[in-house]
Amino acid sequence: MSGRARIGWAPVLAAAALAAAALASQVPEAGTVDAAPRGLVAALLAVLALAGWSVQRVAALDGRAWHAPATAALFGVWVLYFWQVGVTLFDVPKVLLPAPAFVAQMLADRWDLLAGDFVQTVLKAVLVGWALGSALGFAVGVAIDRAPFLQRGLLPLASLTSTVPLVAVAPIMVMWFGFEWPSKAAVVVLMTFFPMLVATLAGLASAGKLERELMHSYAAGYARTLLDLRLPMAMPFIFSALKVNATLALIGAIVAEFFGSPTVGLGFRISTEAAKMNMGLVWAAIVVAAVTGSLAYALLVQLERKVAFWHPSIRSK
Amino acid sequence: MAANRGSWPQRALPVLVVLAAVLLAWYAGAVGLNRAGVLERVLPNTHPNGHTLGDLVAATWTMERPVLPAPHQVAADLWSSLVDWPLDSPRNLLYHAAVTAHATLVGFVLGALLGIALAAAIVHSRTLDRALLPWIVASQTVPVLAIAPIVLVILGTLGFSGVAPKAAIAMYLCFFPVTVAMVQGLRAPQRIETELMHTYAASRWQAFWLLRMPSALPFLFPSLRVAIAAGVVGAMVAELPTGAQAGLGAKLLTGSYYGNTVGIWSALLMSALLGLGLTAAVAGIERLVLRRRGQAGGVK
Repeated sequence: MSGRARIGWAPVLAAAALAAAALASQVPEAGTVDAAPRGLVAALLAVLALAGWSVQRVAALDGRAWHAPATAALFGVWVLYFWQVGVTLFDVPKVLLPAPAFVAQMLADRWDLLAGDFVQTVLKAVLVGWALGSALGFAVGVAIDRAPFLQRGLLPLASLTSTVPLVAVAPIMVMWFGFEWPSKAAVVVLMTFFPMLVATLAGLASAGKLERELMHSYAAGYARTLLDLRLPMAMPFIFSALKVNATLALIGAIVAEFFGSPTVGLGFRISTEAAKMNMGLVWAAIVVAAVTGSLAYALLVQLERKVAFWHPSIRSK
Repeated sequence: MAANRGSWPQRALPVLVVLAAVLLAWYAGAVGLNRAGVLERVLPNTHPNGHTLGDLVAATWTMERPVLPAPHQVAADLWSSLVDWPLDSPRNLLYHAAVTAHATLVGFVLGALLGIALAAAIVHSRTLDRALLPWIVASQTVPVLAIAPIVLVILGTLGFSGVAPKAAIAMYLCFFPVTVAMVQGLRAPQRIETELMHTYAASRWQAFWLLRMPSALPFLFPSLRVAIAAGVVGAMVAELPTGAQAGLGAKLLTGSYYGNTVGIWSALLMSALLGLGLTAAVAGIERLVLRRRGQAGGVK
């Protein structure tokens, strides 16, 4: 750092926030003026510079645990602010980009509709498919643990499936299981099965030679070794597959609904409202899907800490 | 992994056995699933005076619109679409695969370049690192593919059509994994190595090209393989809501509209082959680059 005195992060942030509030109070409602006033555009650029400066100053902070996430949060707040103000100021058509406040209002107004979509897509298709696909992958992985021949046959094929657009089976599943949620759950089962199979096999193989020999010297049999050593050692692998599968399951269910669904569901909502150019509701449905994905991930991380608290990969965090 | 040990017949035999088992199960499944339809619609016409078990099985494997087509039906449909029609005919699946591959590749190249550039910016800027990287990592837990219809509407309103919207969706799907992996890779050099560069009075630029970039390659290529697979899915999904005439996604959708099961399965097979082919191409480039650089590794 150079010797010159630097302004602390707090005054910069306060100044940016004040300027932002002042600008927001001056912005006319969308559609009331023909073109954005030049003064306001200049003010917007000034606030943009101040905001960038504030993010930079907060990012330079060091020492406390909250400093790193604070930068990301501040950046997120600024993005939302400039999205809102910019869209209003330049009167961007709602079809192109609805303002965050409009999306939030849609979220509140159409809550019943979106809650129904959430139940249909997440609680039925995703949850059932994810649980079933992951459980099947795990069960098959454990079952072929003692059959190296099958492992050598299945593992390359299972790894290859990650390069195949599996979600494309959706139209077939719709034909077999109908438009309702079971067809989506079937797509999700197929998409989540292979990652879990690969992870289970890798996890079971991850116990070290030393530990295995220790179990052997205890005269522990196959089942004992599996339960007390190899399955616990496999937990981090299994949890990372569960996390990957949570995202895959959401994608699978939503995209499968693009191929045909009853008149409810997040994927149905996104595709039909997008076709009707009702973008506020589309964005609201996407917010629901995004929050669901992040929450599921956070829950799985917490669960992993409870289950595999002893594992070096958790303790080192 | 265990699969890499031994000579190739030893490695291929288990895979072939499993594949044979899958084929057998498929034929058995075709009998089970098509039985009802055959009994109701086919056999009363072809064998009005009663049929044997052999007739029933043969009919389930040659049905016009089966619930589950037999593997040889799918293979024959795919083959006939490849050889009986010219390459530019919409009946040729290679034509649809080329349309999808075009969008995928354009999006993949743009997304990978963007991801590498952003990762380079992130490792050199603390502000970007702290403000942007957490959001990019978090986006991996979100079904970003769901915003495909929005991208299509926005680009459609702005007057873009054809390959651009599909490539845009493939691009943003490719971009996230590449960025995350490249940030890791560019940070992979040890402190002692960066300090060595420093004692050579290497500029930031030289340190980037001579040290950071080479050590990031083993991180870059696996993410590129993930990215291109995601890009194929993105391009196919992008073909759904537009009412696109060409592309594997459109082919799947029209197949499901008209109940053309054999057509759906051969389009599915073609898209699997496309995914495998593109990933194999990236893996081939990876092997070539790493071998030329004398770096250990390659496809693991």
